[in-house]
Amino acid sequence: MTPYGSFTFFFILAVLLTPTVILGLTGRRFQNYNMFISLVALAIIFAGNFRGTIALIIFTIWQVLLIKAYLVYRKNHNSTLVFCLAVIASILPLFISKITPMLGTVNWIGFLGISYLTFKGTQLIMETRDGLIKNGLPLIRLLYFILFFPTISSGPIDRYRRFEKDEKAELTQEQYKLLLYDGINKIFLGFLYKYIIGYSINHFFIANLRFIAHSDFQNHLYYMYGYSLYLFFDFAGYSAFAIGVSYIMGIKSPENFNLPFISRNIKDFWNRWHMSLSFWFRDYVYMRFVFWVTKKKLIKNRNLVSNLAYILLFLLMGVWHGLEIQYIVYGMYHALLMVAYNTFETFNKKHKWWPKNKVTHVLAIIITFHFICFGFYIFSGQLFHKGV
Amino acid sequence: MEFKKEVLELLAEICQDDVVKENPDIDLFENALLDSFGTVELLVQVEERFGITVPITEFDRDVWNTPNNIAAQLADFK
Repeated sequence: MTPYGSFTFFFILAVLLTPTVILGLTGRRFQNYNMFISLVALAIIFAGNFRGTIALIIFTIWQVLLIKAYLVYRKNHNSTLVFCLAVIASILPLFISKITPMLGTVNWIGFLGISYLTFKGTQLIMETRDGLIKNGLPLIRLLYFILFFPTISSGPIDRYRRFEKDEKAELTQEQYKLLLYDGINKIFLGFLYKYIIGYSINHFFIANLRFIAHSDFQNHLYYMYGYSLYLFFDFAGYSAFAIGVSYIMGIKSPENFNLPFISRNIKDFWNRWHMSLSFWFRDYVYMRFVFWVTKKKLIKNRNLVSNLAYILLFLLMGVWHGLEIQYIVYGMYHALLMVAYNTFETFNKKHKWWPKNKVTHVLAIIITFHFICFGFYIFSGQLFHKGV
Repeated sequence: MEFKKEVLELLAEICQDDVVKENPDIDLFENALLDSFGTVELLVQVEERFGITVPITEFDRDVWNTPNNIAAQLADFK
């Protein structure tokens, strides 16, 4: 069953979460019960999908063994080679699952959510190397973190130490009440976004473009804006469901969107769109690459270092979406925009060519909006597959 | 106090703006004085000058947001 995909799913959720809410409102600990319903919900989500279930189990065992083994190793050693091998091993299942469809063989290793779960394993390897996993990793909590069902299919991507803090927290009745209200509010925002606005855009506008547009060009142009808005409302709606259910379970999953269409520039956009993903790439790819190059003094030119890191980040992000041509071009497009903006920003700091006032602010939002929409148009694949 | 002054000096160099010394409670990220790149430069310099290693994911922008807060956090790390 697709998470948040049908009325039945929400009905099951309501039944499963009723004891959680009662425990929370009476100020009792509920994480043990929540772990139990996480398992039940997983069974329901993966029911009827035998291959997917096996793949999920193997993936989880692989990640847990890897993290545990690296944690033991790291106590006394710290070789860069072993660290790199551990990172590669944690990405390996995802890599195989992306490459097998290209080779025309059966994707036996992939399952719903593998792209998102991989981030959880890889970050733990990196944080272990940084010496940040000080309290050890109790197996139950590690499993709960990896398999936390509200965010299993498409994020938001949480961080272990943040998750651990919420999971350990003793919530008072008052604190839980606020969290519960917030969670319910988010779930209803999700209904509005995904099932009212997103659905309407898709059903009444995109599906009827043949009758609305008067030419092929118009057709593609309208599709570009329609799809961009649809993508936002659909994904932001899903995220609101996932975050809302997490809140009800006492876990404050990170936000994914912060009004992305009012971004002033492309850098601002990536601080507002799919934030849990872009922040992951920022912290674990961009910053680490810059740190490594700067410390080893490999490249002197600061702008060059930054631009290379942006190119690496966005190419990786593109490939992460899939190995299809539209995702790779989407990554290249955003890498190009980032490099161009970075160059402009440096130029402007020196020459003050673009003044800072209300008019230029609005203008910047409008310009950025069109560049973003063109990016989603690439992402949609319409550019590469003829006909809407 | 000496240490705090050195941290502020370093921040002024990295942000290329003396405002961080004049107003040490200014939010560096909200005012676009520091970004991801600047943060990394800061961490590299902190390691080289003070011998303090701060892991990248330990640098939480909500906590390490002002010159005063950064100086306090670094003092804790010492």
